[in-house]
Amino acid sequence: MKRTVDATGLACPLPVVETKKALREMSGGELEVIVDNIVSLQNLEKMAKQMGLAYRLETVSDAKHIIHITADESSGEAETSRKQADARRSGDAVVVLSSDRMGRGDEELGRVLMKSFVYALTEMDPLPAKVLLYNAGVKLSIKGSDTLPDLQKLEAQGVEILNCGTCLDFFQLTSELGVGSVTNMYEIVQSQMDAGVIIKP
Amino acid sequence: MAKLPRVEDPNFLVGFDHADDAAVYQLTDDLAIVQTLDFFPPMVDDPYIFGQIAAANALSDVYAMGAVPKTALNIVCFPEKMDIDILDRVLQGGSEKVMEAGAVLAGGHSIDDVDVKYGLSVTGIVDPKRIYTNVGCRPGDVLILTKPLGVGIVCSADRVGEASASAMEAAIRSMTTLNKYAAEVVRRFPVHACTDVTGFGFLGHLHEMLGSGTTAVIYSDQIPHIPEALHYAEEFLITGAAQRNRNFLENSVEIEPQVPFGIEEVLFDPQTSGGLLVSLPREAGEQVLAELEKLGLPCGIVGEVADRGGKEIIVR
Repeated sequence: MKRTVDATGLACPLPVVETKKALREMSGGELEVIVDNIVSLQNLEKMAKQMGLAYRLETVSDAKHIIHITADESSGEAETSRKQADARRSGDAVVVLSSDRMGRGDEELGRVLMKSFVYALTEMDPLPAKVLLYNAGVKLSIKGSDTLPDLQKLEAQGVEILNCGTCLDFFQLTSELGVGSVTNMYEIVQSQMDAGVIIKP
Repeated sequence: MAKLPRVEDPNFLVGFDHADDAAVYQLTDDLAIVQTLDFFPPMVDDPYIFGQIAAANALSDVYAMGAVPKTALNIVCFPEKMDIDILDRVLQGGSEKVMEAGAVLAGGHSIDDVDVKYGLSVTGIVDPKRIYTNVGCRPGDVLILTKPLGVGIVCSADRVGEASASAMEAAIRSMTTLNKYAAEVVRRFPVHACTDVTGFGFLGHLHEMLGSGTTAVIYSDQIPHIPEALHYAEEFLITGAAQRNRNFLENSVEIEPQVPFGIEEVLFDPQTSGGLLVSLPREAGEQVLAELEKLGLPCGIVGEVADRGGKEIIVR
């Protein structure tokens, strides 16, 4: 199996973070990481060396360097079981998005913040159990929304995405829903009652 | 800078020649002014803390010369569309640190920019006979570092959500602490060379301090550092700047094989508002350290200076 991480345009330590993530998901095979500067390449080389992984460096041009890393068979598996353990204890965090903006103040800033909040959620380890969206929060789940891909990513990783049906009706967006299922007030309350921790940006 | 023409002026004492921290200009036999400037984008989320760090960092250059800050001017880049309250908090943090330094914040200049940047230009005074320069380590000296290393690594880990609250707290405590207090301690002793540790990392700034006739031996097990930084370094949450420092120093530094990877990274790690690195006679070392320890930040005797033997810097 061969995988590629394109870390072009990412500043350190992000290329390393993305590479470690990819290696965790792999059991054997080759990982190819593309970076746009020699320093990032050197940091990746340092990482491969310290992890005891075989690697090969390739310079395509001044702005394109590639490190080919041979993924370790065992590290991926160990990582998988750790992930599963994490998944089991992740069942208690519930994220409540009651607006399409984060915080009060500037509207545009609020949208930008919300987008990066949802992105940051996808990077959490462990992931939350559920994301509840109500009032203008449901606008984050509709087709064309810039938070849609990240919410879909969360759903693909087992996070339940629950959208308030009344709210979708109110905004006449029911047919535009792009991710998750439609829920009611009973479930919205019950989910929060059962939550170990409620996160409300 | 190397490409700019040099102006000769007998009163211009320190500046161009030795990659120094500040410019020093002699006014009378016993009075010189020290002038510095530094500004950068935020490395922490809290605007008030960012203001404090930026000011502590800008003031630090003055302390590293053995001078006392007297006036300061704000340098501000701030997006017009951003909440002005944020800027108020930044400036408040900066102003409090200038006040703590005993200097006067006299004003400043701000421009509209796509990103936030903040810093200050600081002017201080010093007796020209008592200026510390960042060259002049002598064989027989010990090297003392007054703050823990690793704040660059911790901030880098924080950017990707991997830093613990206690690690960030330690980093912020260190970055917001004025070098004033450490400078007041070392001023009472015969200092041979002094600098503050910032972007070039501990080894980079040490490299500047050493002349061609000396070698510094660094004790890798005596380096004050933020404990979590070692762990984050082992997770490779490291910066491009640290690797650039490593590349730059490739031919000057020998790291013995038993030195752990984490500590190696910490030694190359670029610091914001880092501590003073002081070279002074061995006899004074323990006494200075005892006084510095009372200030409450991790510090230590981190190495010694000897006649040149082998590489310029040996980490063991």
